[in-house]
Amino acid sequence: MQDDRQPILSVRNLKTSFFTDEGIVRAVDGASFEVHLGQTLGIVGESGCGKSVTALSILGIVPRPGRIVEGEILLRRETGNGQSQEVALTSLGDSSSEMRSIRGAEIALVFQEPMTSLSPVHTIGNQIIGAARLHRKLTKQEASELAVELLSLVGIPRAEGAIDAYPFQLSGGLRQRALIALALSCDPRLLIADEPTTALDVTTQAQILDLLRSLQEQNGMAIMLITHDMGVIAEMADQVVVMYLGRVVEEGPVDTVFGESKHPYTQSLLRSIPSIHSTPKVQLPTITGTIPHPYNRPAGCPFHPRCPDVMPGVCDHHEPELQSVGDEHLVSCFLYHPVPETSS
Amino acid sequence: MAEEHTISDSEERIFVAGQMQLMWWRFRKHRVAVVATFVVVAFYVVVLAADFLAYTDPNTTEAYRLLMPPQPIRFFDNGSFRPHVYAVSGKRDLRTFKRVYEADPNNKLTVRFFARGYKYKLFGFIRTDRHLIGVEGATAAESLFLLGTDEKGRDVWSRMMVATRTSLTIGLVAVALSLVLGVLLGGISGFYGGAIDSIIQRLIEILRSIPTIPLWMGMAAAFPREWSVEQIYFAITIVIALRGWTGLAREVRGRFLSLREEDFVTAADLAGCSRKRIIFRHMIPSFQSHIIAAATLSIPAMILAETALSYLGLGLRPPAISWGVMLQQVQNVEAVALSPWLLVSAVPVIVVTLAFNFMGDGLRDAADPYGI
Amino acid sequence: MLAYAARRLVLAIFTLWTVTVLSFIIIQLPPGDFVDAYMAQLSATQSNVSEQHFESLRRQYALDRPMYVQYLKWMSGVFSGDFGTSMMWRKSVLDVIGDRLAMTMVLSLGAIILTWAIALPIGIYSAVRQYSIGDYVFTFIGFIGLGVPSFLLALVLMYLGFTLFDSDIGGLFSPEYQLEPWSWGKVKDLLYHLPLPAIIIGLSGTAELIRVMRANLLDELRKPYVITARAAGMSERSLVLKYPVRVALNPFASTVGYLLPYILSGSVIVSVVLGLPTLGPLLLGSLVAQDMFLAGTIVMMLGALTVIGTFLSDLLLMWIDPRIRFEMVQ
Ligand SMILES: Nc1ncnc2c1ncn2[C@@H]1O[C@H](COP(=O)(O)OP(=O)(O)OP(=O)(O)O)[C@@H](O)[C@H]1O
Ligand code: SF4
Ligand SMILES: [Mg+2]
Repeated sequence: MQDDRQPILSVRNLKTSFFTDEGIVRAVDGASFEVHLGQTLGIVGESGCGKSVTALSILGIVPRPGRIVEGEILLRRETGNGQSQEVALTSLGDSSSEMRSIRGAEIALVFQEPMTSLSPVHTIGNQIIGAARLHRKLTKQEASELAVELLSLVGIPRAEGAIDAYPFQLSGGLRQRALIALALSCDPRLLIADEPTTALDVTTQAQILDLLRSLQEQNGMAIMLITHDMGVIAEMADQVVVMYLGRVVEEGPVDTVFGESKHPYTQSLLRSIPSIHSTPKVQLPTITGTIPHPYNRPAGCPFHPRCPDVMPGVCDHHEPELQSVGDEHLVSCFLYHPVPETSS
Repeated sequence: MAEEHTISDSEERIFVAGQMQLMWWRFRKHRVAVVATFVVVAFYVVVLAADFLAYTDPNTTEAYRLLMPPQPIRFFDNGSFRPHVYAVSGKRDLRTFKRVYEADPNNKLTVRFFARGYKYKLFGFIRTDRHLIGVEGATAAESLFLLGTDEKGRDVWSRMMVATRTSLTIGLVAVALSLVLGVLLGGISGFYGGAIDSIIQRLIEILRSIPTIPLWMGMAAAFPREWSVEQIYFAITIVIALRGWTGLAREVRGRFLSLREEDFVTAADLAGCSRKRIIFRHMIPSFQSHIIAAATLSIPAMILAETALSYLGLGLRPPAISWGVMLQQVQNVEAVALSPWLLVSAVPVIVVTLAFNFMGDGLRDAADPYGI
Repeated sequence: MLAYAARRLVLAIFTLWTVTVLSFIIIQLPPGDFVDAYMAQLSATQSNVSEQHFESLRRQYALDRPMYVQYLKWMSGVFSGDFGTSMMWRKSVLDVIGDRLAMTMVLSLGAIILTWAIALPIGIYSAVRQYSIGDYVFTFIGFIGLGVPSFLLALVLMYLGFTLFDSDIGGLFSPEYQLEPWSWGKVKDLLYHLPLPAIIIGLSGTAELIRVMRANLLDELRKPYVITARAAGMSERSLVLKYPVRVALNPFASTVGYLLPYILSGSVIVSVVLGLPTLGPLLLGSLVAQDMFLAGTIVMMLGALTVIGTFLSDLLLMWIDPRIRFEMVQ
């Protein structure tokens, strides 16, 4: 076993931008975090804050006109005999064979829309077999046995029949399970699940989350769970990263972030979770204002136009940095660390 | 926050701009489409001023000038600007029996601007005999033949100007007819739905699945010989529009279906507006830009239909002049090889078809920036 | 699946019926009945024409009865293989048509196959390399293809062939095979002459199909399942070919339905220009001579070809698209 303290994936100051005709969209603007084997990292934030783009950046599949402009993504790969070695994914070419041998095999992705994340004109089995045979030397027969096995592992009833089914013949929940089976086909050590439950009803949501948890217990993989639902984070994550407009604004162990949240944005996210204790029929607090468009992000702290604690003259002139405020707890907000002296 | 709610000037303009205004702004961005629009406008200028741009009566035949090749204009005479052409004499080659023409550099015919020529009515009501260019006081044989003459000795340039008028207006009339039918039937189909919709949809499907040229040929062949040019002209537009409406009707129906669900239509319905009022005051204006785009895109097909029919000898017949009628003289390869300049009337057909296509494409993008 | 096929079949039969009605209308359109025209033509050439002969003809085609009876009479003839008599040729319509129907089918099929073979790879290339130089070049050529009417293209190519290569590009056979009975040599000769007219006829359709394929594929390339496949580590090339191209093929297959009317239309007029031995020149000749049974039959055959072709392409679509096979899409 390798050292538990060493992360399997570390992302450092990742910046990914889209160079569109209308302007540059800084979808991810300096995100840093780490993922550990056997643990779940939750990434949370409003729609459009760059969660999916972060996931795509890690896999090296950011679509045109986007690309990673800065930062490092380091993956710890096993080299056999218990050793391991860090590979900088950002320095591999997106379509290099090494990158392709990592995609799907070491890092797998469950994308956010179960309805359209599988090809509508290929059977489930065909797609799983295709993925499995990319990285493993399997005969068609073996691959199809593996597919059946995976489908029953993710709880699809009558898996032998299901491999001949087309995606549109399955319900949303079953489709999401099939997608997870596909992601597991090469036994990845890191599973990125991008909003795996958003499109599903509450009961199915809970089942899928249970499934992910039990899979993690069985094979000890790391999970990066992307969601905009604080409730899901509370239930699933060990570590939490809160993103706002492409930046990490707060980061730490789940209990710390929930118990002693520091950043005004995290606090307002937490206030908007319905709880058993809230009075029925009273409107939940919402965060005022709307997310600014990423083309023209505000100067200074990106949250300042909506922040209830904004300090005029400070927050709109200086950019706060992610700094420690306690054990493994990082926050980017001038309420907790000093304002730089000079202003230019 | 203050900055959040202040709106820049340009944004404010967008809020108050009407749909057509928005469409125009987006259209301007398509360079090719804008250029194409200028081309189309230029063509319609020719339509308006065809007789002014011609210089010889397009139907005058001249037995001594059969199939004469284009005659180049020379702009300078002994260093001074004096546009002229050389007079030409023709005789029959006794071996090949073809007429051969010889230019006489000593007999210069001066080409004048705003020269007097045959009489006509400019824009249909101003009596005049002025033409953009011409050789004044020329005999029929010693005159200007910019693009040569056809097999009856008629001046190709002058005929092409008049043909442009015919061919382009046929396209417009046919599209207008199609538009009326298309908006009416497509609108009924989309607005009422149900059985009427199914019937109209099946009708469209059937009409679209029958090859057009044979059908048009069959109908056009039945136009009585004794019909006048005008009667045939309108009969052809009707025959073309008979199928032309189907595409527009589909477009309109599609828009109706998506609009029917929209709030402002429901609001108008609840406010007690009559159906007719809802359709004409609310729904049609909200997708007129799409209709304009679709109609523009369907014009070239109509122009081509007339050209093809006339080319086959089933559409307009002489003395009417259209591009198709002119092309009729190049039915076989011998004709083309002997007098390739007769192919020149293919040029406007191709240019105007492309121009309408590019313009329509730009309009469609401008009307529907998110559509495919 | 059966319901889909049945629906298509009913529509096809209905369209076929409409085609027969339209063809019949075309036969009836010229003023006077056809025996009048026949009589006029005969008496111009021959002096002794028997009144009885015309009377029997009138009875044969029920010309003295109401229109619908005439239609039924004609249709029952059609069903028993009797399409009427050609006045111009004094032969039965079927004899006049001979193998021209087959030639039309060969030419149209050739045009469709070429259209597909050209449009598919170019469409894929243009979508995958969107906004590349190649994409712009193909888009431009596509526009020209849409803009230039096929018969003009045929004329221009014929002129170029004549002046540059001094060869006649018209016809489907070399002169030595023209009147020969069918043989291997003749088939080879046909295959040698076929591509050029097929391309001319298919050009505007090709341009349209490239646009369709490019747009479909661009749409598909943005779909999440592409991200799934990419994230699984597939190489871009095999991924594009396996998934999005396959999905985009479905609407592509259904384009045969609207391609066919264009191609058959185009074949008529291009055949006239290039002098191909298909139905086109025969149709023109019969219309000019008001030989209406021949003309009506040809219009009907061309219509029937489209309807049948469209129906077959619907079945093809059903076969390749599982969503239709399982009746998810109507
Ligand atoms: N292909 C693209 N071209 C241009 N901009 C893009 C593209 N893809 C994403 N973006 C921009 O990047 C930003 C981040 O998008 P992202 O999909 O990562 O958000 P997200 O946090 O996953 O949101 P959601 O919760 O809605 O999934 C958005 O502002 C979006 O507009
Ligand atoms: S830096 Fe200022 S504006 Fe930003 S979150 Fe902290 S208090 Fe609010
Ligand atoms: Mg997302």
